[in-house]
Amino acid sequence: MLEIKHLSFAVEDESAGKEIIKDISLSIPDGKLIVITGPNGGGKSTLAKLIAGIEKPTSGQIIFNGEDITGLSITERAKKGIAFAFQQPVKFKGIQVLDLIRLAAGRELSIADACVYLSMVGLCAREYISREVNASLSGGELKRIEIATVLARKSLLTLFDEPEAGIDLWSFSNLIDVFQKQREEIADRSILIISHQERILNIADEIVVLNSGVIEKQGG
Amino acid sequence: MELNSIQQYLLREIADIDGEIKGAYNIRSDSMSIGRQSTENVEIVSKTGVSGMDIFIKPDTKGESVHIPVVMTQSGLKETVYNDFFIGDNADIEIVAGCGIDNCGNHDSEHDGIHRFYVGKNAKVKYVEKHFGSGEGTGKRILNPVTEVYMEEGSTCEMEMVQIKGVDDTSRKTVAELKAGAKLIVRERLMTHGLQQALSDYAVSLNGEGANADVVSRGVARDDSYQKLDLKIVGNAACKGHTECDSIIMDNGKILAVPALEANDVDASLVHEAAIGKIAGDQIVKLMTLGLTESEAEEQIINGFLR
Repeated sequence: MLEIKHLSFAVEDESAGKEIIKDISLSIPDGKLIVITGPNGGGKSTLAKLIAGIEKPTSGQIIFNGEDITGLSITERAKKGIAFAFQQPVKFKGIQVLDLIRLAAGRELSIADACVYLSMVGLCAREYISREVNASLSGGELKRIEIATVLARKSLLTLFDEPEAGIDLWSFSNLIDVFQKQREEIADRSILIISHQERILNIADEIVVLNSGVIEKQGG
Repeated sequence: MELNSIQQYLLREIADIDGEIKGAYNIRSDSMSIGRQSTENVEIVSKTGVSGMDIFIKPDTKGESVHIPVVMTQSGLKETVYNDFFIGDNADIEIVAGCGIDNCGNHDSEHDGIHRFYVGKNAKVKYVEKHFGSGEGTGKRILNPVTEVYMEEGSTCEMEMVQIKGVDDTSRKTVAELKAGAKLIVRERLMTHGLQQALSDYAVSLNGEGANADVVSRGVARDDSYQKLDLKIVGNAACKGHTECDSIIMDNGKILAVPALEANDVDASLVHEAAIGKIAGDQIVKLMTLGLTESEAEEQIINGFLR
């Protein structure tokens, strides 16, 4: 269970501070799939980054399973079970797909076990396992690898920032299946997806509309 | 051949030698050959007048290897060693060199290896060289290798040159001359830390039609260390050349990259790329979201980069 209490986030602008998240309160109960949607620039990605610890809030609290994690680092939050799938996957030099999946799983996965996660996102695992996570992969491939690494974490709360971005339609159907399966498997886990995609909105237990840094609508 | 524990440690680090060596080899320890074996196709002969060896690889030799590691365990040793490789036409050989210095004293130890390769027509060479230093002494560990490669028509040479750790001062010089259809691939990895200095200088001449060189140097300069990379390719025929210096700086590390291309033929196609920067912040953040600490993330990124 994640509880966000009166969370605000502002950036220093040239002239004055610009508030991107304005006093938001929100709960994400266990076993639920919540989708946050809304116009670009509304603060969706920032909210996800605040939860993962990538950004620090100006004020407010983030409570995860009863513990105040507002002051914890990205690493500490990851260890408590928060996973984050980037909208723009990060590229590396020399680090291979297998390395990244092993790091995500936090143990020496066998190649066969690592391949399971790649197959889940529609990649032919054998072709990708020893590829470098660099610009030789297409945007769609990188995105699917990003999602595979997050699935390998088996986290309590998984944040997906626009998982549909850069993914072709065929793989997208696959992805919807993955999310639905995840939800069926998770009694004590929750998923938060930032998305504009109707098909993702359709599988949500609850939809939150974020606009100009405030929750405009919320409902099942 | 009896090896002490320091010798064993250094040999493992530089040449993955753990126990028996297959094929031809010469192990040099503190300026003495402590073990040598020639084979039917690979003959190792000591030079006269200067320190070093001539290594003859018969034409058409296939799938054999030569190991010629050097270890230094006495503080204050300085040596210059000349090794010449004569690789026969159509031979296919792996050569594993490398030098490990353990300096526990307060005198500088220095090994300058001058390696010359005469690569016959259509021969294939894979050359692996690892440099490594250890020991707690204040004496420096210095390695100044010179590598010269003379390639006949249609030959291929793949060189992997790695300075892993602990070498205080290095000045590396690599010269290559390629005839028609010859192909040179160089993968250099340099890691410097503390107050170390590393200079690496390449001069590759593509002299024949279809000659091809791909020289990639990746470096990481940590602490207060300094690296200078001088990569030059000269195209004297219809040829292809590519150089790449890709470097990460950390702490107060400094790197100077000086890529140079010279085209003396209208059909020479030469490209260079050079990039220096610190580790990208988003790479660290991504690995932290996987549960790694910031320093664990840096280690993973560097290990991958220098792989």
